[in-house]
Amino acid sequence: MIDYQAPMRDMQFILGELAGLPDVAALPHCEDASPDLVAAILEEAGKFATGVLAPINRQGDLEGCRLKGERVIVPDAWQSAYDQFREAGWLGLSLPPEFGGQGLPKLVSTPVWEMWFSSNMAFTMLPQLNVGQAEALLIAASEEQKATWLAKIVSGEWAATMNLTEPQAGSDLAATRMRAEPTEEGDYRLYGQKIYISYGEHELTPNIVHLVLARLPDAPEGVKGLSLFLVPKYRLDADGNPGEKNDVHCISIEHKMGIHGSPTCTLSFGDTEGAVGYLVGEPHQGLKIMFIMMNEARFGVGVQGVALGERAYQSALDYAQERVQGRNIVSGEAGQPILYHPDVKRMLVGMRARLLAMRTFLYTAAGWFDIAHHHPDTEVADKHRRYVDLLMPVAKGWCTEVGNELCDEAIQVFGGMGFVEETGVAQLFRDARIITIYEGTTGIQANDLLGRKILREKGATLHELLDDMRAVARVVREDSRLADLAVGLEEMLEGLAATTGWLLAQGKEQTAALYGGAVPLLYQLGTVVGGWQLVRAAQAAQRQLDHGEGDPDYLDSVIALARFYMASVAPEAASHARAVREGGQVLAQFPETGL
Amino acid sequence: MKVLVAVKRVIDYNVKIRVKPDHSDVDLTNVKMAMNPFCEIAVEEAVRLKERGVATEVVAVTVGPKAAQEQLRTALALGADRAIHVETDERVESLGAAKALAKLVEEEQPGMVILGKQAIDTDNNQTGQMLAALTGLPQGTFASAVDVDGEKVQVTREIDGGLQTVELTLPAIVTTDLRLNEPRYAKLPDIMKAKKKPLDVKSPADLGVEVASKVKLLKVEPPAERQGGVKVGSVDELVDKLKNEAKVIS
Repeated sequence: MIDYQAPMRDMQFILGELAGLPDVAALPHCEDASPDLVAAILEEAGKFATGVLAPINRQGDLEGCRLKGERVIVPDAWQSAYDQFREAGWLGLSLPPEFGGQGLPKLVSTPVWEMWFSSNMAFTMLPQLNVGQAEALLIAASEEQKATWLAKIVSGEWAATMNLTEPQAGSDLAATRMRAEPTEEGDYRLYGQKIYISYGEHELTPNIVHLVLARLPDAPEGVKGLSLFLVPKYRLDADGNPGEKNDVHCISIEHKMGIHGSPTCTLSFGDTEGAVGYLVGEPHQGLKIMFIMMNEARFGVGVQGVALGERAYQSALDYAQERVQGRNIVSGEAGQPILYHPDVKRMLVGMRARLLAMRTFLYTAAGWFDIAHHHPDTEVADKHRRYVDLLMPVAKGWCTEVGNELCDEAIQVFGGMGFVEETGVAQLFRDARIITIYEGTTGIQANDLLGRKILREKGATLHELLDDMRAVARVVREDSRLADLAVGLEEMLEGLAATTGWLLAQGKEQTAALYGGAVPLLYQLGTVVGGWQLVRAAQAAQRQLDHGEGDPDYLDSVIALARFYMASVAPEAASHARAVREGGQVLAQFPETGL
Repeated sequence: MKVLVAVKRVIDYNVKIRVKPDHSDVDLTNVKMAMNPFCEIAVEEAVRLKERGVATEVVAVTVGPKAAQEQLRTALALGADRAIHVETDERVESLGAAKALAKLVEEEQPGMVILGKQAIDTDNNQTGQMLAALTGLPQGTFASAVDVDGEKVQVTREIDGGLQTVELTLPAIVTTDLRLNEPRYAKLPDIMKAKKKPLDVKSPADLGVEVASKVKLLKVEPPAERQGGVKVGSVDELVDKLKNEAKVIS
């Protein structure tokens, strides 16, 4: 496989022109994010991704992980890569300076994490867990807990895990059984089993800090009875160093389809004396803490969609430029690379268009997070928080599904060589397959979108969003050179407004039909949002062209990509709309016994 | 000991070079630029000398357009203490750069100047040698090892026949070859700090030098496209073709 190169031009264009880097840099606590510093960070991150993480991606896939007794052996190259990653300080990019981070806005960290995921998804899950755990501890941990654990999680000296799933409690955490019993010393002993724990055991760091959802003895039934505990692999001695081994054991690791370099562990807590744990936050508030982090976590997985799609696209493009096969359908000339076959070109241009749509959407949403967190005007902050809430299931659900499509299509470009593992593109396809599943499947995202984000608030935020998107279409319509794009966008917006109206008009008796159409609804909204973002991109490209700025070839290609999206992807919105309205009805009537 | 390290902004080594349609020069519009890889090795060596306690201060220098400050910031992120930018929009070639550097050597009085042996844009391999001539300092070019011992430095040079070690009296000029070291990746906190490190901007006039090139660039042409090969049926046919068609053996 070819070397990964960070798509710096797209990143810079989107940050500067579309996702509002100058606005974000003007927010309180975001002042460091000046354009030249951001450019330097992206540049150096790109070098690290290309030079350190990308070259060991395939090795990690081939070697995988092994269980030796209770020890988990990760791919050989991981230790050196992790040490370099940690020493270079990348873990702290977006985390607060008081715990050793750099406190940069999400808009800056997003392209950097995209590079890590593109270059090596299985490896990157390890540092990603630290960031997730640091965010949880920042929300809920006591000052004393922060002092003990947080700086070491931010620096990466110790690794982190999240322990939610149990065999009977997957998407439904209400079924969690793990028990936590208070002791006389004021801490807790945990008993039970957790499965699917990424990096649940390894020896890359001298300690591992597990965050575990469990039930206290007096806990109410269901999700309201879950508390969050911090359970270290090694308990700390009097000096705060890893000391006695805690009663947590890795009893098996999964044999998976992809992300072979990331060990997926079954952890057994409390086989003998009970695993010592410390309550994080208030009792029974565990899920609430998880919910605060949920938007961030979903967003992170959405970024994995664009990241894997990008690497697949780069590989496919490289292959299509090299592989000579067949005759040119126009000139009859032999000896040309397959890129010149219209259908191969269709796949590559389509991939590029969807990548630009997803990336613009995700970076723009990263800017929303920053505005929601930091904007001094609460009304502005609230509006962006509403957009984050509404669209995170779409960022996760749609971008991961499209990311999978892109990996699939990249294999098609490779033809037979794509099915052969040595080209590396098959690995991307296998690695990508998990992203539509973990952090809530596409179905769960769609249910959340329909139920909590649209029906519960009677479509209020969606209507607000529709108005904003219509405003873009109106402005673009005024520019005769881009008016066709406005027409395409308006058509999609009408369709979305109609779907929204229909959803809101249905009564309780239609619940099964509505939820039967939830995933098509998510696809429809994703397709529309992608189109909206590409129209914005075309608008920005035209503006730069008019001012004689930037590379005209690149800017022309952005406009052409928006056009191709309108011609080839946007029409799918109408078929999704039909599936929402009609598919759900049929499904609701269909007897389960008829299968 | 103060170490002066010269860096150059060049076209990124990953970029496929395009020639301008009128053949007047290489097309650099909207092309990704980066620090010359040999200069990265020079910065790394200077920083290592500082880490070993041999150097006390590392000063990164460049002669070039405003945008070349990006490369100085990179050098600062990698560990240089401060930077000097001799800003000019002129096309600077080896002699102009060497003249400006010679003035800076006079001002800064470094114990050692480290440069890349050549820049990957025009591959001249001259600036270090010219700087040595202009300053009258000893030179150790194509270094694959640099060992400072008191007032002396031993430079192992990569030459055609193998390795040659020369001993120079400091101050001295050293130019780096590929195998001298493997440059590190910049650390995020250092990238942040680099922004706040001092960066002086001077003009060639401030230094009293003329950096504009006296060499006129007549024409730039891309290398000829590679032609497809042919398969030969036998060794005899191969020898015949090499003799009579390619005329590379007689």
